[in-house]
Amino acid sequence: MAIIEIHGLAKSYRVYQKKEGLLASLSGLWRREYREVHAVRGIDLAVEQGEFVAFLGPNGAGKTTTLKLLSGVIHPTAGTAQVMGFVPWKRENAYRRRFALVMGQKNQLWWDLPAQESFRLHQQIYRIDPASFARTRDELVDLLDVRRLLAQPVRELSLGERMKMELIAALLHSPEVLFLDEPTIGLDVVAQHNIQRFLRHYQQLRQITILLTSHYMKDVVALCRRVVIIAHGEVVYDGSLAGITDRFSDHKIVSLQFSGDSLPPNLANYGEVLEANPPKARLRVSRAVVPVILSRLLAEQTIEDVSVEDQPLEEVIAAMFLTIKGQNQPPADAAAALSASR
Amino acid sequence: MDAAATASRSAGWFAQARTWWTMLRLSLEERLVYRGDFALGTFMRFLPIVTQIFLWAAIFAANGDRPIAGYSYPDFVAYYLLTMISRAFSSMPGLSTNIALEIRNGGVKRYLIQPIDMLGFLFLQRLAHKLVYYAVACVPFAIVFFLCRGFFPGWPSLEVLAAYLLSLVLAFVLGFFLEATLGMIGFWFLEVSSLFFVYMLFNFFCSGHMFPIDMLPGVWKTLVSSTPLPYLAYFPAAVFLGKIQGAELVNGLIIELAWVIFFMVLSRVVFTQGVRRYSAFGG
Repeated sequence: MAIIEIHGLAKSYRVYQKKEGLLASLSGLWRREYREVHAVRGIDLAVEQGEFVAFLGPNGAGKTTTLKLLSGVIHPTAGTAQVMGFVPWKRENAYRRRFALVMGQKNQLWWDLPAQESFRLHQQIYRIDPASFARTRDELVDLLDVRRLLAQPVRELSLGERMKMELIAALLHSPEVLFLDEPTIGLDVVAQHNIQRFLRHYQQLRQITILLTSHYMKDVVALCRRVVIIAHGEVVYDGSLAGITDRFSDHKIVSLQFSGDSLPPNLANYGEVLEANPPKARLRVSRAVVPVILSRLLAEQTIEDVSVEDQPLEEVIAAMFLTIKGQNQPPADAAAALSASR
Repeated sequence: MDAAATASRSAGWFAQARTWWTMLRLSLEERLVYRGDFALGTFMRFLPIVTQIFLWAAIFAANGDRPIAGYSYPDFVAYYLLTMISRAFSSMPGLSTNIALEIRNGGVKRYLIQPIDMLGFLFLQRLAHKLVYYAVACVPFAIVFFLCRGFFPGWPSLEVLAAYLLSLVLAFVLGFFLEATLGMIGFWFLEVSSLFFVYMLFNFFCSGHMFPIDMLPGVWKTLVSSTPLPYLAYFPAAVFLGKIQGAELVNGLIIELAWVIFFMVLSRVVFTQGVRRYSAFGG
């Protein structure tokens, strides 16, 4: 049986529709118009123990709402979900002791005290026995290289250091399921990389199940084999990272280096010119005709170097989000759902 | 089987007690971080009382030093100093505002995700705040009371003193659960600061902070006395001054305890309902 099982999960909010202007604000005092917003509309998903799954989707697609449903913060409007056999929104203590939710922008540490004091409190809240508490803490502290920061008040830590402490706090009770909502938001490249490396290592070590939402494709590429793309509250793709390109991208990028200092004048005949930087050029070529174009190029031009790559994942996904937005559903709907859920 | 169950239950209680102790200790530590703000806050509390004492001095001077509603000038000074002690127990600066803020900014989620009870946690935090406050404030309080000793009729009897202490502890618990309940109205309304302001205003007049409740004319006195507010300031002070005695004292304490239980239960109900609403609408 899967560790996370979701069937037909749906969540709707009622949001207050305020028209523009003072007059409308006044009439809003006694009569308010509400609109139903469907943040999540019928999600089916099964996640096996030990999987590291990424949730992707445009802002307001329903990713965070799904994580909130799974961590029991909110009730669904319809559908069922089980995590480790628990119904999340029953909020049993037995369930709470076995999962963790880390939100990139929320702080669960005591601002004015050193992180180690918050850890101590977590030991008590989660009833971690002293020996395994010390062991887990030391392990996490060393993995994240923050020993020297333990005695420093949290408010004096940098954003990246604070995120590391947040992760330690969340992992002290050795949760079997971990929900990460934008764990690297606002971090610099080095800090992002450190967090990624840690998550990858820790997940492999402990074989825990992780659900991650992130806007940084680098996080997803570095960490997750399986990607679930959510748009307008529905799952539009569930599969491997590589599969996204196969399914949603019909182009390849051909990089060329010509001999000599100039580019052939008829370059556009071979494909869409993305970059012309003599003697180098990059072309966008339709997948189906890549072999034909390549052989023509090699026959007709003098080429020193050539490489064929998939379209970068970011671009594929950006293009896909754009097409999704263009479909019948107005995107403002989902955005409103997100703001209502805050 | 029964023995094992009992053992595991007592182990559970023990673990719970340790959790509470850790929360209390952390809150104490946190409270001690801002020493300057703390010291200043302690001293500033004495300022309003000074103006009130001068005000009543002027009123009594104009009145030819005759007692007003059974209170002589020294009675008034003693009463005000004692309401300060009452309020040192019962006032909960920032409690309702912070609860409403946490509901609004989503901080309340942590009480839904972690195995931790919000009301219990906040209570311990508040207890810690108070303990630190008493530890620091007892010196200036002692100095002021020593300087003003002439205004007091003398030490009350041991029984009265015990009743007084009990009324103060109950005032603390009542103040906490009352304001916590108020703060949780934030589950239903996003903006609650005006509501809190209105409450503060009522509190100021009806708790006896502004003037002794028994100065009020008949029907008003009955009305105010039927609210829990007098127990936050007036009641303990009146007990100390010996204005409430015998059966009336026992009754007063029982009613105060009843209010405490009422707000403990109410706060629990409001929390449960509030969380239900929160998980249905927001989150």
